[in-house]
Amino acid sequence: MTFKLATTAMVLLATAGAASAEKVKFEYWYGLTGDLGAVVAETCNRFNASQDQYEAVCVGQDGYDKAVQNTIAAFRAGKHPTLVQSFDAGTADLMLSGEFYPVKKLMEDAGYSIDWANYFPGIANYYSASNGDFFSMPFNSSTPVYYYNKDQFAKAGITEAPLTWEGMEAAFKALKASGQDCGYAYAPSTWVDLEQFSMAHNVPVASNNNGYDGLDSELLFNTTLHVKHMENIQRWINEGYAMLRTQAAGKTARDSFVEGECSVFFSSIADHNTIHKLTPAFAWDVQMIPVYEGTERHNTVVGGASLWVLSGKSEDEYKAAAAYLAFLATPESEEFWVSNTGYIPVTKTGYDALLAKGFYNNQPYVNRDIALKSLTYTEPGPLTRGIRLGGFIQIRAEWQAEVEAALAGQKTMQEALDTAVARGNDQLARFAKTYAGKTFP
Amino acid sequence: MRRACFKFSWIAAALLAPQLLIIFIFFYWPSAQALYWAFTLEQPWGGGNTWVGFDNFTKVLSDPYYWGSVRVSVIYALATTVIAMGMALTLAIFVDRQLAGYRAYRVGIIWPYAVAAPAVGLAFQFVFNPGAGIFSYINTIAPGWWDLSKYPWQAVTAIVIAGAWKQVAYSFIFFLAALQSIPRSLTEAAAMDGARPLRRMVDMQLPLLTPTFFFLLVINITDSFTDSFGIVDTLTGGGPFRATDLMVYKIYADGFRGFDYSGAAAQSIILMLLVMALTFVQFRYVERRVHYT
Repeated sequence: MTFKLATTAMVLLATAGAASAEKVKFEYWYGLTGDLGAVVAETCNRFNASQDQYEAVCVGQDGYDKAVQNTIAAFRAGKHPTLVQSFDAGTADLMLSGEFYPVKKLMEDAGYSIDWANYFPGIANYYSASNGDFFSMPFNSSTPVYYYNKDQFAKAGITEAPLTWEGMEAAFKALKASGQDCGYAYAPSTWVDLEQFSMAHNVPVASNNNGYDGLDSELLFNTTLHVKHMENIQRWINEGYAMLRTQAAGKTARDSFVEGECSVFFSSIADHNTIHKLTPAFAWDVQMIPVYEGTERHNTVVGGASLWVLSGKSEDEYKAAAAYLAFLATPESEEFWVSNTGYIPVTKTGYDALLAKGFYNNQPYVNRDIALKSLTYTEPGPLTRGIRLGGFIQIRAEWQAEVEAALAGQKTMQEALDTAVARGNDQLARFAKTYAGKTFP
Repeated sequence: MRRACFKFSWIAAALLAPQLLIIFIFFYWPSAQALYWAFTLEQPWGGGNTWVGFDNFTKVLSDPYYWGSVRVSVIYALATTVIAMGMALTLAIFVDRQLAGYRAYRVGIIWPYAVAAPAVGLAFQFVFNPGAGIFSYINTIAPGWWDLSKYPWQAVTAIVIAGAWKQVAYSFIFFLAALQSIPRSLTEAAAMDGARPLRRMVDMQLPLLTPTFFFLLVINITDSFTDSFGIVDTLTGGGPFRATDLMVYKIYADGFRGFDYSGAAAQSIILMLLVMALTFVQFRYVERRVHYT
């Protein structure tokens, strides 16, 4: 509440300031909602209060999906914002359209020197062109981890949170034996089960190095270790170690975990903050997502969203946007963002500054940097840079629907993944045809 | 034969213009745009498109999941229309009989029409939620029996009930108005001839209601094809495994969420043709049995 009041006060101050001096305004549309959206608005207020030349007009768009949809509609009408927060899967079209101002170039043109090598490579590779130049500014960054109930683990005699799926299965069995009915609250998620799983195991999601090397890519996930993993999940559900916990099934995996119903669930590190706020009645912690024995662990990649500067705006608006981006890149802003949300720092200096302060030694931040450990586990290779596929939102939807069908016993997991791949390939072919003759920059 | 006709009048034209302009801007123009996109592959951020002829249509029509979507849309439209109109008629007849408390009752029934579809969806989430809703009591007796994420027929039933509930109010208003416009003298004459309420309803009121009935049939079917989005989005999200992926929801998912503007445009054209065909069938075959007084 006080936070909201503070925001209102800041907005009032900002408008009062605008009346006296002619500030250069630029619009920024963001997708985060709720508490996180309020923190984004707060970064704008902090920016507006920090100087008197520019004014960020920040507009929440009620969700990642809508932020991009509305921006496209506005763009076609020539009324788009200068800056937009876009989520990972929504950017392939934007990249090929060329209707953006690469942030590296923008910052150079505006006279800011940003040390781009300072960004964690797992983040940098995701948001940059093939020559390494940043397209967009990393902002809210996360990676998946798993959350586990320490009390239930201790009761089952598990001393260390497993780092392998074999260890995880043993943990599920031990939990069951100790009287804990549900080990794993499972909700199908392409991001965790397919994308980050494939990164951590260094197996491809699609050909052409996950789409980076051309538009004529084909999905490969029905032929990799991913199949075995999904079959295992299905088996765990059938054998009673895991339970399907989704909104449609009546309870989300996170609620199930917080209530103590299930001992483990997988999610973004951004949930770390949320779970603290929900104050579960037991000790809990996080761990890197497991890998299978006999494989070599690789880095996971960044999730979340980045900030894109769109084409077709005035010189002044670009300067204003550059000033805001430079403001966000300061260690102070990074600390403000990281300490008020569950997201992780995106720069090495930002992280080091936090470490030097002992930031991660105190609750509620303890072990939140497990995510960074996962993200920087190895240097990103050709298969662990990220995924660059068109129509990816629909590909995710195909995977989701098919996996749900398999889990409901309508088909085998292999059949489901084969169908998802075949249908996903249709999407990819369509995308390649839409942008015939173009390549990712 | 003399024909009455209006002379062209600038005032009439000026009065009509805003309405025509609105229809042009919000219907004809977007429809023409959609028709054009349906034959191309449109790049979402502008930047041009490629002419692909009927490719978008063949792709959609050769997709077995799309036919599943058409099937469930038809089931949804018919079921919500039958339930909504049946309920509305029953309630309207009771109110028309002026049973005790009918005034409060009349207002109460009209209210749901003012509720937006997503709000209806959310409200019914509390009813149908397998873990915490009213239906979760079933699960305490028979664990796991009610699960929207597992059983397609349950998910379809849930959206049909929510959709019908929302439509009842609208039909109710029209049925009630129609019933009240039946002259009292007719009812009284029938009563004096010894017709009891049920007989009066079957032989007198219902035949007199056919024009209203027909109007509501057309409106309800059209509405349930085009206005079901909010309910599906909040209640089932198209799942489990596409079981409630209604045509209009699929258009949203492909076009807006997935940036496949051309595929969605082709689906919109198909949906429009389907609704037009159904309306045509209704006018051609059902309207014959309607007697306008």
